[in-house]
Amino acid sequence: MAGAALKAALKDGILGAVVAAALALPMLGFRLVDSASALTLATRFDWVAWAAAIVGLGRFALCLLRQSVPADRVPMMPDLGARFPKARLMVGWALAGFALVLPFLPFADRSLVDKATMVLIYVMLGWGLNIVVGLAGLLDLGFVAFYAVGAYSYALLATKLDLSFWLCLPMAGLFAASFGILLGFPVLRLRGDYLAIVTLGFGEIIRVILQNWVDFTNGPNGISGIPRPTLFGLQFTANAPEGKTTFADYFGLDFSGEHRVIFLYFVILALALLTNLFTLRIRRLPIGRAWEALREDEIACRSLGLNPTMIKLSAFATGAMFAGFAGSFFATRQGFISPESFTFIESAVILAIVVLGGMGSQIGVVLAALLLVGLPEWFRELQQYRMLAFGGTMVLIMLWKPSGLLSHRAPTIRLGKGAPS
Amino acid sequence: MLAVENLHSGYGRIQALHGVSVEVKKGEIVTLIGANGAGKTTLLMTICGSPRATKGRVLLDGQDITQLPMHKLAHLGLAHSPEGRRIFARMSVLENLQMGAVAGNPDHYDEDLDKVLTLFPRLKERINQRGGTLSGGEQQMLAIGRALMSRPRVLLLDEPSLGLAPLVVRHIFEMIKQINQEQGMTVFLVEQNAHHALKLAHRGYVLVNGRVTLTGTGAELLANPEIRAHYLEGGHGATA
Repeated sequence: MAGAALKAALKDGILGAVVAAALALPMLGFRLVDSASALTLATRFDWVAWAAAIVGLGRFALCLLRQSVPADRVPMMPDLGARFPKARLMVGWALAGFALVLPFLPFADRSLVDKATMVLIYVMLGWGLNIVVGLAGLLDLGFVAFYAVGAYSYALLATKLDLSFWLCLPMAGLFAASFGILLGFPVLRLRGDYLAIVTLGFGEIIRVILQNWVDFTNGPNGISGIPRPTLFGLQFTANAPEGKTTFADYFGLDFSGEHRVIFLYFVILALALLTNLFTLRIRRLPIGRAWEALREDEIACRSLGLNPTMIKLSAFATGAMFAGFAGSFFATRQGFISPESFTFIESAVILAIVVLGGMGSQIGVVLAALLLVGLPEWFRELQQYRMLAFGGTMVLIMLWKPSGLLSHRAPTIRLGKGAPS
Repeated sequence: MLAVENLHSGYGRIQALHGVSVEVKKGEIVTLIGANGAGKTTLLMTICGSPRATKGRVLLDGQDITQLPMHKLAHLGLAHSPEGRRIFARMSVLENLQMGAVAGNPDHYDEDLDKVLTLFPRLKERINQRGGTLSGGEQQMLAIGRALMSRPRVLLLDEPSLGLAPLVVRHIFEMIKQINQEQGMTVFLVEQNAHHALKLAHRGYVLVNGRVTLTGTGAELLANPEIRAHYLEGGHGATA
């Protein structure tokens, strides 16, 4: 018995090592060295050996571990969300409270607030995509297209028509939502893999248009000099242009570049919380329930009298709208956008956030965004090993929580004992 | 109440129904029995508008509903419990029932919910549980209960006995009878389990290769030697 287990683990370990070696050979085994005269090819097979050995041993140890404990006691992270439904609510409030005071904490310097802003953009995008993928069950691989539409809407409206951020924000959401409907129509009959392929194509089409319609979007050069947002007309600059007041003057503060960073942080925090509140609220409304029912079974939906066309289009439009909001925020924060920022990898990261968070879970999205966006930012000091840490985290999640960090879905309504009023 | 006249339908070039006519009168339980692949589910789905009928008509209270899309029918009082139950697995029992009420009048919601939960006390016990964690029989109860939530005029049931243990099947059929008798619900039941279905039904139709070959009252069909030979002996009839 023990011998068989050992043999199986050994086999698994060797297989893992072979796969790792095959992958590592081209990636780690060869290196171009820039010597004085020309480029020369150097080898470092010791790295390949190390990679294979680490993966093989890891796999071997994991197999032994899994076999030595009974199946129901496999070391998996417990589903905390299911066990403590109340705690989950409290964690949500605690996170929101922490996010509110974060910029004023003693250790919060400019770069931390900046990183937190970045994470919040992805939290918001994750929550937006969660409506489409997590609630309505429509796999969308081109979500970044709506993000791009939002960003370009604001950038173009602001630079060409001189409209303010707060006016453009709802317009950007509206534009993105109409693009959501535009995408929705041709894919009404598609599901699963086919839907994913078409949405992937849609994302690329938008990016290619942005890249090539030079007259309108300035092509690959992007749009620069995008105006910064103001707080009721108060500027976040050292010196106000004529007829305007700066934030620092108005409140009698010394000018500091940090004000704007903190202001931007609060803008995205408000936008993200708005997205969250909206989602939590709409899950209890008929349209939100219809989204979830559509995810579960389309035929049953139709036989109960729900029109799948309307449900799908509204899900696409709503998700896209929030991406549009996030996009216009992104544009105003960066001050410069180009098609480069809206490549497929962005869609993939947002989708990864939703999936790792545990489809449909709001707090799960926050945790996953912290992990996938925050962690790599944190590990910038690790330089080239940054992506290794990223990959390692992904592997650990897949081992311990294959269905996502928080995959438990709480019903939106209860009857009888223990029902929240 | 529900009349199917000379209905033709199929999938692409493959024709599954060759002129089927069926009538269901108010307050009746009518069953359609047939072997695998006879076209039973196709008939129900064609009544519901998917696939579209290529010829013939479907009338609900005299109104032609042949070309209407499926989601409109529920609002006209035609509830359909599809083959394989198709409950919303990750949603709770209560949420499932709520979805059933989409086509109903919101003023009746509490009353209808109460009615369904009295009819199926098991659902009441499991009201906050996820649909997917229910047993097969409970899921079937949920599927029927969900269809009843819209207060339909006609209830279409597609193989409610599918994959259930004999005892559970008996219970489900008992419930269908009760719904018919107490609420006066008109039921069109498509079944492979001919014995139970014919015993329950006022009238029955036999579908073979997309054509109705026999029709009569439930008792008549049950006594018919041809039916005994094809659908009952050695099958469900021998054990039940």
